[in-house]
Amino acid sequence: MSEPVPVVEMTNISISFPGVKALDQVSFRMFPGEVHSLMGENGAGKSTLIKALTGVYSVDSGIMTLSGSRVAFTGPAQAQEFGISTVYQEVNLLTNLSVGENIMLGREPRRFGLIDWRATRIRAAELLTRLHLDIDPNSLLGSHSLAIQQLVAIARAIDVQAKVLILDEPTSSLDADEVAELFRVIRSLKDEGVAILFVSHFLDQVYEIADRLTVLRNGSLVGEYLTDEILRIDLVQKMIGKELTLLDDLEKKTHDSTSGDDGETPFLQAIGLGKKGAIEPIDLKVYEGEVVGMAGLLGSGRTELARIISGIDRPDSGSLSINGKPGRLRTPRAALSRGVAYSSENRKAEGVVEELTVRDNIALALQADRGWFRRIPKRRQDELTASYIQALGIRPPNPDALVKNLSGGNQQKVLLARWLAIAPRLLILDEPTRGIDVGAKAEIQKLVVNLAENGMSVIFISAELEEVLRLSHRIVIMRDRTMVADIQNDDISVESLLAIIADGSILEDAS
Amino acid sequence: MSVAPFPPATGAGRVLGGIRDVFTSPKYGPVLVTFLLLIVVFAVGGSRYRGFVSGPVILNLFVDNAYLIVLAVGMTFVILTGGIDLSVGAVVAMSTMIAASLLQAGWSAGVVIPLILVVTSVLGLLVGLMVQVFKIQSFIATLAAMFLARGLCYVISKDSISITDPFFVALAQTKIPLGDRMSITPSVVIAIALVLVAMVVLHYTRLGRTVYAIGGSEQSGMLMGLPVARTNVLVYVISGFCSGLAGVLFTFYTLSGYSLTAVGTELDAIAAVVIGGTLLTGGYGFVLGSVLGVLVLGTIQTIITFEGTLSSWWTRIFIGVLLLVFIILQKILTARRR
Ligand SMILES: Nc1ncnc2c1ncn2[C@@H]1O[C@H](COP(=O)(O)OP(=O)(O)OP(=O)(O)O)[C@@H](O)[C@H]1O
Ligand SMILES: [Mg+2]
Repeated sequence: MSEPVPVVEMTNISISFPGVKALDQVSFRMFPGEVHSLMGENGAGKSTLIKALTGVYSVDSGIMTLSGSRVAFTGPAQAQEFGISTVYQEVNLLTNLSVGENIMLGREPRRFGLIDWRATRIRAAELLTRLHLDIDPNSLLGSHSLAIQQLVAIARAIDVQAKVLILDEPTSSLDADEVAELFRVIRSLKDEGVAILFVSHFLDQVYEIADRLTVLRNGSLVGEYLTDEILRIDLVQKMIGKELTLLDDLEKKTHDSTSGDDGETPFLQAIGLGKKGAIEPIDLKVYEGEVVGMAGLLGSGRTELARIISGIDRPDSGSLSINGKPGRLRTPRAALSRGVAYSSENRKAEGVVEELTVRDNIALALQADRGWFRRIPKRRQDELTASYIQALGIRPPNPDALVKNLSGGNQQKVLLARWLAIAPRLLILDEPTRGIDVGAKAEIQKLVVNLAENGMSVIFISAELEEVLRLSHRIVIMRDRTMVADIQNDDISVESLLAIIADGSILEDAS
Repeated sequence: MSVAPFPPATGAGRVLGGIRDVFTSPKYGPVLVTFLLLIVVFAVGGSRYRGFVSGPVILNLFVDNAYLIVLAVGMTFVILTGGIDLSVGAVVAMSTMIAASLLQAGWSAGVVIPLILVVTSVLGLLVGLMVQVFKIQSFIATLAAMFLARGLCYVISKDSISITDPFFVALAQTKIPLGDRMSITPSVVIAIALVLVAMVVLHYTRLGRTVYAIGGSEQSGMLMGLPVARTNVLVYVISGFCSGLAGVLFTFYTLSGYSLTAVGTELDAIAAVVIGGTLLTGGYGFVLGSVLGVLVLGTIQTIITFEGTLSSWWTRIFIGVLLLVFIILQKILTARRR
């Protein structure tokens, strides 16, 4: 590909926050018709660079040019006017408005100065179709899952006649199918000459779509490479600054400890548990020390099931027993007191408390579990926080940092630490590694395996099938709001798992 | 996924779809409840007093509460963004004082009225800037504006000043006949016109949609590239303007200016907006709901007047109970929405 002038060129950009140098003399450029991936660990500075470019943060020093002329945007509104369309890392949409409005807000077609709702809705529907998203544009955004919301945010971004499209971890809660849809759209935009910035922690996706890579580490530029010219191992090494060797030894250990002998009472047993409109009645058993993976497509009912088990939503049929004792879990609190904890997929809305410190966030569930009048001693809190900061690599390693100032991946680690800290009898993890970098992901998987070996049961929900296969003893597959398979994980391949997910055929060889 | 596809947006289909949406969408729920409440309150009045449910009584509701409707409109804008405006009552009083004193000094109505609207809008602008630029809580900023406006009233005069300006007197006495012993005042026409304009602004302009966006999430709105800062200031200007206009309508009603008028009226306006289904945290609500809220308050007041023996404080007690009920209702509806 011949290289014309870059559309975007950022030179020696530095940004500091109190106590952190988030970007240090970073340079970055984007070419028209090219997909450029920004790579780096959690907290490396990817999102900060994007916010610098679009004027959310003002830079301390450095120069930015757009098609050769110098720019310094006052905010996303102005960046948009100059043809830069951005999907920021967290889903930043409005749950109180409809899907269609969210897509079109701020650029609704107008007639005689007034919004033409008809045209607006038609345009929104077109954009949804472009992503093959079959939802009603009049429905309230808040009524949809996080994955759909993420797709709606993307639909919004691709509407603008943009020269530059920025996608900060757009695929973090999407399944393979939606990723494929997204990539189709990215490729067609690329052919139209749009420059695309794509951030993801999934190396497969990056290698599939990106033409060029820029690696950041600790706020500094490591280098710019062409995707074809750099090997994965080298890339990972450049990102983390050392070699990565954790994943393989994990693989062996987990599967020999299969549990679920028939004599044992399961820790959790659901019979005919269901809720109209959310999930068809299903049966499920989870034994002590067992990791049950839950796989399925977008909207297949994984999260819905998890929410019912953990007392957030009320079932309207069936029964649940815990440790052999029947009884419904009416609230998350009741669930917690019986040893069932749920870590939400939506860390922004239902997870971390952004205004509190890392320490407070980690101690939160533990404190709630003990009751608010028996305060956890400060020393114990400090130890706990320090151990999880260390174990999960939370950065900056400062227990007093406010969670809202942490990078997305680091917020996710804090959320996980909170649930791991209370060591429940059954931990339901909904997309626990969402937005987490390769190194930390391996750490988290190791922690989960360790906890299970010590008797904790885990329900592990993830769109990343490799991860589900690596950790689970047993895999439950959901499809169209019912359970279509419940199989022992002995050497199932990703492909056969995909086959079940796709056509729902139950392999009868599994008991 | 078995979600209904997008319905064809044409002619009659759109109207039908619209009607269906009204009844199924959770955001219209509270407004419908308010509407039913209004009917219930009326039925109560009608069952106790002959002639309660009659044209004149209903029209009188509008006549007596025209200024409150205007206040509620401005308040709706502010509350939709998640803010609050405590200054409106004091600004009404200030407007009546400015009007009365300047008219007394011989200024003409044609100058005085625009001047009041400009002054109160500028006051709103200052509040908006405090909220947006200096990040002062709207509660505090408007509290300051409230004290300022009340204080200015006393600077103008401690005593009540009556208005004899022919234009004001004419407007106070004009009745627009609606046939069969019924009539309304020009104030009602102005209030209704304002409500219509506000509805169009909120639902058919980008400004209006940004108001809802800010109530949903200011941060998201900013990242979506919406003019959040400008809009955040503008809602206080709108509320200031409405307070000025309400003040003018109030002088048409009372033909005097007095420092102690409209004490606590800001709370009536807030109550009307909340009873009308607007969420105090912003993002959900309608101007029409606020109008219904005003009418509910007005009807309760009327019932108590009809009763004769009851102290007017009963109005307050009923409003208090209603507010409580509505805030609980909102909690339930928002909890279910998640
Ligand atoms: N508003 C802020 N105030 C203080 N520190 C901040 C702020 N925003 C970001 N940081 C810090 O800047 C660093 C870079 O964060 P950034 O969000 O850019 O990381 P990232 O590369 O996007 O990571 P992730 O993969 O987790 O999304 C982090 O150490 C973070 O704590
Ligand atoms: Mg990020």
